[in-house]
Amino acid sequence: MAQQHETTLSAQRGREGSPWTGLWAVVAKEMADHLTSVRMQILELLILITAGGTVFGALQSIRSARGDNFLFLKLFTTSTDPLPAFVGFLGFLIPLIAISLAFDAVNSEFNQRTLSRVLAQPIYRDAFLMGKFLAGLFTMALVLVAIWLLITGLGIFSLGIAPSGEEVARGLLFLLVAIFYGGIWLALALLFSTIFRQPATAALASIAVWLFFMVFWSMLASMLAQALAPIRLGLIDEVLAQAELIQNLTRISPNTVFVEATMGLLNPTTRSFGLVLPSQLQGALLGSPLPLGESVLLIWPHLTSLIAVTILLFTVAYVLFQRQEIRA
Amino acid sequence: MDDYVIEAKDLTKRYGDFVAVNSLNLQVKRGEVYGILGPNGSGKTTTILMLLGLTEPTSGWVRVLGFDPARQPLSLKAHVGYLPDEVGFYGGLTATENLVYIARLNGLRRAEAEQRIAKALERMGLQDVADHKVKTFSRGMRQRLGVAELLLKQPEIIIMDEPTLGLDPEAAHQFLGTIRDLANDGITILLASHLLHQVQETCDRVGLFYQGQIVLEGSVPQLARQVLGGAYRVNIQVEQPTEAVTAALQALSGVTRVHHDGSLYVLEASEDVRADAAAAVVHKGGRLQRMDIVSANLDEIYEQYFKGVSHGTAA
Repeated sequence: MAQQHETTLSAQRGREGSPWTGLWAVVAKEMADHLTSVRMQILELLILITAGGTVFGALQSIRSARGDNFLFLKLFTTSTDPLPAFVGFLGFLIPLIAISLAFDAVNSEFNQRTLSRVLAQPIYRDAFLMGKFLAGLFTMALVLVAIWLLITGLGIFSLGIAPSGEEVARGLLFLLVAIFYGGIWLALALLFSTIFRQPATAALASIAVWLFFMVFWSMLASMLAQALAPIRLGLIDEVLAQAELIQNLTRISPNTVFVEATMGLLNPTTRSFGLVLPSQLQGALLGSPLPLGESVLLIWPHLTSLIAVTILLFTVAYVLFQRQEIRA
Repeated sequence: MDDYVIEAKDLTKRYGDFVAVNSLNLQVKRGEVYGILGPNGSGKTTTILMLLGLTEPTSGWVRVLGFDPARQPLSLKAHVGYLPDEVGFYGGLTATENLVYIARLNGLRRAEAEQRIAKALERMGLQDVADHKVKTFSRGMRQRLGVAELLLKQPEIIIMDEPTLGLDPEAAHQFLGTIRDLANDGITILLASHLLHQVQETCDRVGLFYQGQIVLEGSVPQLARQVLGGAYRVNIQVEQPTEAVTAALQALSGVTRVHHDGSLYVLEASEDVRADAAAAVVHKGGRLQRMDIVSANLDEIYEQYFKGVSHGTAA
């Protein structure tokens, strides 16, 4: 009886086998493609140059301020005029890498007429799309971990001390945040590559969205806040309400979320991202670092929202891809 | 009972209001070469995609090797090879690398895969370019690489869409030879084409497609008998033809129709009547100059049939 029930259930649910059959074959092939592509090599070179420049600058200013805590984190966050900090560069290098990894993921298979041939192999479309996404994510992770190790190594070499356990932990968490920040742009580019048949269109659409959040969204956010929560009487409550609204609106942009999470992790003295009233600071030792657990608590919403949006965008791409007719 | 490896009943595919495939019934026997023939847009590719489970039918029933394409696509696709029209490969990878990817997707072990790839490339005459990037390949070489991929899979059924399209006549002829070779290995082959004359000698049976349906099915001689009234056509050139000669040719058994135009007679016959016709001409005092036989041509069958359809006279 129960068995019979099970078979009808599986018949309703439909398909035999795991949707992930062949997933790793796709991942391996796509990663090999990424890592050998000229496109990726150019971006890696770009990252290396910015990392070299910013970290060299940071080392200069760190040397003059010895005895400080968290020197290794400062390697990433110290800016020396005229260069911004390395994490600042990552804020726009990561989207660039992510978009360049995925904007032609699906449509190039159509244009090369390889899609029908590959999907005629014993795999599901699930494995094909997921494989492409994971390959992009792993490639980004590989690049970021490599650069992190490189910078840390450079730090040990020139500072003459080893990073503490907490610094390593904060560094790894930062990598996780960075990877999923890239995940959003990767999923977005993948989505556009399923929608648009021309890779150029998909690339431009992705870059348009990125520029919108990078440049225009903060302006729009303050305009919106002025309209939605106007300051009529100049009361402190009104000012606070508007400032809070601006902040919440800017957090719609993944860039803001990434910058805040980076600050929380790499700058342990960060206690809050919002406005802090003097009354809330009673009893606080200003300038003293938070323990790791507290910092993680602080950026937890940021990390989860980055992951959630990545999954959401991938799901939309997935649904569209499943419904797509594969004949060109 | 016949052993059918591909069966479709009332298969229908609609795109909005457009009916691409309309209540199609199809049965392909194990080991035969079946040709789905028809003009562009008659539903050939859509039918193939439905057989492979790459497109979902709007309604109808399909089994390929006993597998349901919608529910058991993995088992089905493990045993069925597909060569799409204008087959594409990853241009940046070599021929071998392209095949390695396919071998991995099929879950082949490395040693087994290497052995099969080398064999397949050699059989298709591509061993010398195995390590060349595919973007340097000609259309014909890509097509052969496509077959090498099929060989690698060792399928029971091979489905080809427009396999000779875009090949020069020499390459097309060679490719049809390859298809025959595969059939001699015991593989069932379903091929779709609109180049009727090219594939007619390769197919054991053909189904003529028209507006998403098979309107005629059978071997080429059968179709010829059905549509043209004769499977054979004999051209006879007679110097100074007379009434007596015409009458004698018409009276021959097996001859269904005689066209007479100047010194040329065209006989449509259900069998090879050359010997009798020659005797008849000579007996009636005609001077036989030339005689040849033309076997029926699918193009003609198709044309004749649709002339009939538009006049409402055909079956």
